[in-house]
Amino acid sequence: MSVIINISRRDFLKTGAMIGGGLMLGVFPRFEEAYGESAAAFVPNAFIRIGTDDIVTVIVNKSEMGQGVYTSIPMVVAEELEADWSKVRIEPAPVDPAYNHTVWGPIQGTGGSTSTWTTWDQLRKAGAAARMMLVQAAAETWSVDPLTCRAENGFVIQTGTDKKLSFGKLTEKAAQMNVPQDIPLKKPEEYKLIGKPIKRLDTPDKSMGKAVFGIDVKRPDMLTAVVARCPVFGGKLKSFDDKKAQAVKGVKSIVQIPTGVAVVADNFWAAKLGRDALEIVWDEGPLSGFDTKKQREEYASLSKTPGAVARKEGDAEAALAGAKKRISAEYEVPYLAHATMEPLNAVVDFRKDGCDIWTGTQFQTIDRNSAAEVLGLKQEQVKIHTTYLGGGFGRRANPHSDFVSEAAHVAKAVKKPVKVMWTREDDIKGGYYRPMWYDRMAAGLDESGNLTGWKHTIVGQSIIAGTAFENALVKESIDETSVEGAQDIPYDVPNIIVDLHSPKYPIPVQWWRSVGHSHTAFVVETFIDEAAYAAGKDPYEFRRGLLSKDPRTKALLELVSQKAGWGSPLPKGRGRGIAVHKSFRRDYIQRRESGPEQFS
Amino acid sequence: MISLDVNGKKYDVDVSPDVPLLWVIREHLGLTGTKFGCGIAQCGACTVHINGKAKRSCRTPVKDAAGKKITTIEGIPEDHPVIKSWIVDDVPQCGYCQPGQIMSVVALLKENPAPTDKDIDDFMSGNLCRCGTYQRVRRSIHRASKMMAEGGKS
Ligand code: FES
Ligand code: FES
Repeated sequence: MSVIINISRRDFLKTGAMIGGGLMLGVFPRFEEAYGESAAAFVPNAFIRIGTDDIVTVIVNKSEMGQGVYTSIPMVVAEELEADWSKVRIEPAPVDPAYNHTVWGPIQGTGGSTSTWTTWDQLRKAGAAARMMLVQAAAETWSVDPLTCRAENGFVIQTGTDKKLSFGKLTEKAAQMNVPQDIPLKKPEEYKLIGKPIKRLDTPDKSMGKAVFGIDVKRPDMLTAVVARCPVFGGKLKSFDDKKAQAVKGVKSIVQIPTGVAVVADNFWAAKLGRDALEIVWDEGPLSGFDTKKQREEYASLSKTPGAVARKEGDAEAALAGAKKRISAEYEVPYLAHATMEPLNAVVDFRKDGCDIWTGTQFQTIDRNSAAEVLGLKQEQVKIHTTYLGGGFGRRANPHSDFVSEAAHVAKAVKKPVKVMWTREDDIKGGYYRPMWYDRMAAGLDESGNLTGWKHTIVGQSIIAGTAFENALVKESIDETSVEGAQDIPYDVPNIIVDLHSPKYPIPVQWWRSVGHSHTAFVVETFIDEAAYAAGKDPYEFRRGLLSKDPRTKALLELVSQKAGWGSPLPKGRGRGIAVHKSFRRDYIQRRESGPEQFS
Repeated sequence: MISLDVNGKKYDVDVSPDVPLLWVIREHLGLTGTKFGCGIAQCGACTVHINGKAKRSCRTPVKDAAGKKITTIEGIPEDHPVIKSWIVDDVPQCGYCQPGQIMSVVALLKENPAPTDKDIDDFMSGNLCRCGTYQRVRRSIHRASKMMAEGGKS
């Protein structure tokens, strides 16, 4: 998914100035204030702080959820900075426009496989600018020409002499240097860190139980809450009796909030027992009695009618009607919960004059703004402390800020620091699923087994409708994330139609790891195999023959098949398969061999 | 009052005897390395040792652990071969399941110092990893087993 959101002209100018012009390469006094660093620390820009102790702190504006950004982002900065890798530390960024996503517009967030390519230039320039200022500071200290000096492994050195000063010794002077405007960057052949295998910075803490996830945060006087939510989506609370729940030892208060009833207690177990003891009457709303069978039938009949056209070339219907051989198939995939290993949670410390929130989030700005709205505070009064995320997969980038704004409601009611926790059951029942999809496919082949027509009708809810991303990503009734991987298949078919139905259901849906591709890769590649089989052709050769307009993918496919020994004899009872898919600016070719042991 | 021996330290905690050990460890003792994933003994994130055996603390009433030797991830020395090999192999991704994985591995290697792939798969099947680090978990178990055989401390 590539997300580009509409931003107002004013915001664009702000963001544009940041990306293009100067990366906001000014000193940020706010950091010294916030982190109490010594005044002599060198803070050349929003991403770097160098202490007199030689420690280089990289402020990371992306959330670490397993993908390795707490290592990859410092690598990029350290490369241009010429830092000593053993002295590099990281710190999660607070919410600030300086940390906005460079492509999504004025929000800080992590997702869509964008962290590296969208920060690449920004971070290299940040590192290089800091290095130039350090070199300049050393040259002035020694009264020599800066061109005779270079930075290396955390030091500035004058070439050919024994003059050498560590970054830490130069901080005070470097802070007085002008921020360079013209920032030359390294050539790839000069890289020392980028492209080299390097150990993750977060591995030791994660291997010793020291990494702090949202669920591990503890604040003075903190209470813990769980929320009873309506078991049917779209339903609401009718009435509740909390007599028994109030009697549970450790339960402090029971409050009604927009999503249900929150039981607030001294600890999780008391809160959970309290919730179990609640007697609640729900108004189950319009989805009461909803059943999947009926929904599937509706999807199946919709799939037989024409939808909004996402792609049309030639005349697929005519090609299918006139085909020598015609095949068809329907594919169904269910709703899927993200099921992050760490259940959702947020700690909210709300005071009259401000609020601190600790949570593992992928959407800092949206969460901050939603919490501010709930709490009646200014956005700047709400601080987000991003912890490690025990998995994200898109769930912690909730466009409605569901788990953070709910926690803000609880905090507002109890006026004490509170951790709102979800159980695993809450998580699985809580919605924001990958949508259920129904795909109807048809293909036509001529007498030589060539693919002449392709029809793919997709039925499923739009994940983008109703979010801030709608204007940018839904065009003429096509949510591009619903058809990604289907409307842009690499295969060259003369007659093709891909159309889409986006039925509205009040079941909350959301981006889920790989988004549209999580169904389209499966259905397209399975159906191509069916077509190859119907054509009597080898599945590799069949695909290869359809890739004439995509030489890169074709070359990759050839390489993989060579390496995999495609066509070599297989032992009895074993099978082999190959698949091609393009997503997130990458080509994926997968080849797999398996035998009965995989299915035992 | 319930008396607990956790990582060699004695604690007296004022909790009801039926509270799962997991919550006592995390919330009363403040040892948050042990994780909550499911609460129904299905994921392994809460694995600790009770008298040397791997147990799911989310399904162990605290009274059943009273007076026994409890070890959590915080009680595994930093130079333990399993932690060392975990670092060499960069096993964790998000890291959330890893304390539970490591506690299971330490127990496994105590029972079976040179496990085969099949032994590993059997023993570790109750430790889920949503990030899918299984291949590295397996590789690193073999590495730790070798380190221990070559005299690394266990
Ligand atoms: S939390 Fe105990 S096994 Fe999942
Ligand atoms: S490392 Fe993320 S769940 Fe295992």
